[in-house]
Amino acid sequence: MDAIVLQILNGLDKGGAYALIALGLTLIFGTLGVVNFAHGALFMLGAFCAVAFNKLIGLEQVVVDPTKTTAWGTPLETRVPYIEVWLGDTGTTMLNYSVPLSIAFAIPVMLLVGYVMERGLIRHFYKRPHAEQILVTFGLAIVLQEIIKTYFGANPIPQSAPDMVRGAMDLGIWIGFDPGTVVYPQWRIVYLFFSLSVIGGVFAFLQFTTFGMVVRAGMADRETVGLLGINIERRFTLVFAVAAVVAGLAGVMYTPILPPDYHMGMDFLVLSFVVVVVGGMGSLPGAVSAGFLLGILQSFASMNEVKTILPGIDQIIIYLVAVIILLVRPRGLMGRKGVMET
Amino acid sequence: MMTKISPRSDLLMLVLFTAAILTMPIWLAPIGAGYPDLLQKFAIFGLFALGFNLLFGLTGYLSFGHAAFLGIGSYAAVWSFKLLGMNPIPALLFSVVFSSLFAVAIGYISLRRSGIYFSILTLAFAQMSYNLAYSVLTPITNGETGLRVLQSDPRLFDSTSEASGPLISNLFGIEMTGYSGFYFCAVLLIIGFYISQRIFRSPFGMMLRAVKSNQNRMSYTGLNTRPYTLAAFIISGTFAGVAGSLLAVTDPLAGAERMQWTASGEVVLMTILGGAGTLLGPILGAGLIKYFENIFSAYNEQTLHAIFSFLPDFMEGAVVSLASLFVGEGWHLTLGLLFMVIVIFLPGGIMEGFNRITKLFRRRPSRVGKRTGHSHSPASANAAE
Amino acid sequence: MEILSVKGVNKRFGGLKALDDVNLSIEQGHVHAIIGPNGAGKSTLLNCFVGRLIPDTGSVTFLGKDLIGAKPHEINQAGVSRVFQTPEIFGDLTLQENVMIPTLAKRDGAFTMNAWARVDGQGEIRDKAMHMLEDVGLADKKDMTADSLSRGDKRRLELAMCLVQDPKLLLLDEPTAGMSRADTNNTIDLLKRIGERGITKIVIEHDMHVVFSLASKISVLAQGTVIAEGQPEDIKGDPRVQEAYLGGAHV
Repeated sequence: MDAIVLQILNGLDKGGAYALIALGLTLIFGTLGVVNFAHGALFMLGAFCAVAFNKLIGLEQVVVDPTKTTAWGTPLETRVPYIEVWLGDTGTTMLNYSVPLSIAFAIPVMLLVGYVMERGLIRHFYKRPHAEQILVTFGLAIVLQEIIKTYFGANPIPQSAPDMVRGAMDLGIWIGFDPGTVVYPQWRIVYLFFSLSVIGGVFAFLQFTTFGMVVRAGMADRETVGLLGINIERRFTLVFAVAAVVAGLAGVMYTPILPPDYHMGMDFLVLSFVVVVVGGMGSLPGAVSAGFLLGILQSFASMNEVKTILPGIDQIIIYLVAVIILLVRPRGLMGRKGVMET
Repeated sequence: MMTKISPRSDLLMLVLFTAAILTMPIWLAPIGAGYPDLLQKFAIFGLFALGFNLLFGLTGYLSFGHAAFLGIGSYAAVWSFKLLGMNPIPALLFSVVFSSLFAVAIGYISLRRSGIYFSILTLAFAQMSYNLAYSVLTPITNGETGLRVLQSDPRLFDSTSEASGPLISNLFGIEMTGYSGFYFCAVLLIIGFYISQRIFRSPFGMMLRAVKSNQNRMSYTGLNTRPYTLAAFIISGTFAGVAGSLLAVTDPLAGAERMQWTASGEVVLMTILGGAGTLLGPILGAGLIKYFENIFSAYNEQTLHAIFSFLPDFMEGAVVSLASLFVGEGWHLTLGLLFMVIVIFLPGGIMEGFNRITKLFRRRPSRVGKRTGHSHSPASANAAE
Repeated sequence: MEILSVKGVNKRFGGLKALDDVNLSIEQGHVHAIIGPNGAGKSTLLNCFVGRLIPDTGSVTFLGKDLIGAKPHEINQAGVSRVFQTPEIFGDLTLQENVMIPTLAKRDGAFTMNAWARVDGQGEIRDKAMHMLEDVGLADKKDMTADSLSRGDKRRLELAMCLVQDPKLLLLDEPTAGMSRADTNNTIDLLKRIGERGITKIVIEHDMHVVFSLASKISVLAQGTVIAEGQPEDIKGDPRVQEAYLGGAHV
């Protein structure tokens, strides 16, 4: 029982990342009708926003202290980040909280990236066949990840969570298990709540604003909304930018869980696409629930008990589910009838 | 299609193609591509793209998992070496059998859907194959290390031959390395081209183009689209399998990374770059990509400095650092940009570019006389498409 | 002789009853028009004949063969061809290829792996296709891609693609919708000429001019049921028909 709870928890944070990426993917597909293969790259860009921010505030001032010498007799050099020099303890705290703080950095960056991408490229592909959309965004994904590789290198760059939430937490004792059975890293819990609140934010945005209403109407019936004389085009840009921000934030907060490297976007993209398909193309609740569902399924499949019965199942479970769903229920779990069914 | 297609023009095309391929070592030498390793790659990836084009170019079904068949072909060939000996003929037969069997299974399921769903299904199957080859199937694939032929393998037909050094595939005594390896691949490429040409000109090929154009009309015309697409998928998968086995013939080693989806993406790029749906385009695309990959990844800062040394110093530094982004390790960046540029500006690929240019030259003189004539010429109809 | 028999066909879409116990009998060699106000279920009915929709209950029999549940290509191979409201043609292919494909389908069946022969070696097929294109007046455009045709030409092409198969039954869904008067008259003439070949036709039409110049029998569909049936002269004066067409305007 405790093992099952632990697996569910394990699946939730990964599921959160899938859900956030898939949410943006399906939002873009539902409104703009574009299949965006570069969405994983946006997740990766977000993660590297955290890396860049950390590097930026971690810039160090070299202070030479002539009164002290090192063991080799040279003057002692102490390296102190500028931010600590200027802000003192506040600076130290900022360094400690660099990952959550980089959200503030990532939002404008991702908005800009999304804006430029939509205006500069995606816009011209609304009317082109899906195959060409896939290909051009695939090319863009390669370009983005190679640029990141040039600047940040090919190796993963670990980021640490703030001290306060760096440890693990014994969740088991809260819900009546023996101590030490359900121990769970705190940052993952933070990530789970973070992804839930971002999802909630997006839904609220779509539900309660006029803008959101138009977007939802556009997802239900694009042509009619266009006929109503509403300038869909301008809103599309913002939808795309919002989707980029959501993917970016998912990436920022994921860095303490998985040290980011340049190809993490591709790895997540393939899975997120599967999530979108399982949830139903163009369905927001579908994307979210399928994200969590598949995250949990994947962590169950990697339990040793399961692996001994079905060797290798953990490697293929998500794809297998996707194949089955596509064959028996092409519109996905929560897709509307008639949307992209063939 | 610049001239009227007839059996005679096709024969001419085949003869010219054969001549061009067989003389590649000569005419590619001046641009530094005349050495066997690269020539082998041209032929092998040309065959791979040729097969991919039979599916994507004709039916419009975009498979994003074609590298799986390349990998399966390689594994099958290496197993044939291990069990039967280093002769490439059984290796080819092995990979034809296995890749076509896999193509039947994967195609049968994936072709129940079309559009992006088909792309995602094929991608899912390829990723499953890749993941399994890396993990559980290690006894068959030898996991991360990759599958290779060992001295201790049974090799039924040539276990007696004393081999010193690494085992090399050989066709009745001719070692499949260097130029002989290239000519072996080249012969298969030419056979592949001939098959592809026959299919393009056949009623079957016309039906495949009809699938791409309008499936609805096809069924209401009394044609069952499913077996047509499945047949194309199987042929295409088998081409990929043969290409995979040639990779193993020229270098008896098979690794799972051959099945990764980046490899699938590469063959898509080759086909698009050359021109999907054209006969020669995919081979041209494959050659160009492999050539530039080779050239670009060989450059480094020093060679760049040597190239730009004619510039004044301050400019040289800047130009070199800019150029170095795109060469060596940065080759993939160039590849990605190329991908985008082609899809954005020339979705028909290089062959379409050729056609546009030839049309430009042809139309100019005729325009004067024809202004009052037909409003629609076949040429302008094609250009509008 | 009866060629198509429709008995008790029902079809619901959610709460909407699109077809309500439809019975029809189509006689060999006739031109049978199905008319009715918008939303009467005409296209739904036609879709049930070609396998695009499966009725909830009832039977559709074509020359003794049950069409319910049969695939579109099987229905076509049995001898039913259909012209759509918006022309369904092979837009990327040339006109000649467009007409050769149905000709091949007629000769070779639903699937033949004919991958070694050459298309330009199929003289007989090509001649038949070219002959058909001449019949509809498109022969000089044979090398153009179908997408570049005008809308009227596309319809004629689609008609040619159906006729070249020598169908036993031809279904026409508003063959003149959106056409100019001149084009409409051309199409009527063309359809009349086909009539001489003795192909049975079902025509769905709004345009009474077209209906009365072609049809030998008319069924009037309203709210999913056949409310009147008979010779054109009888239908013209039938009060129920006027009610169905005009009644809606008063409510």
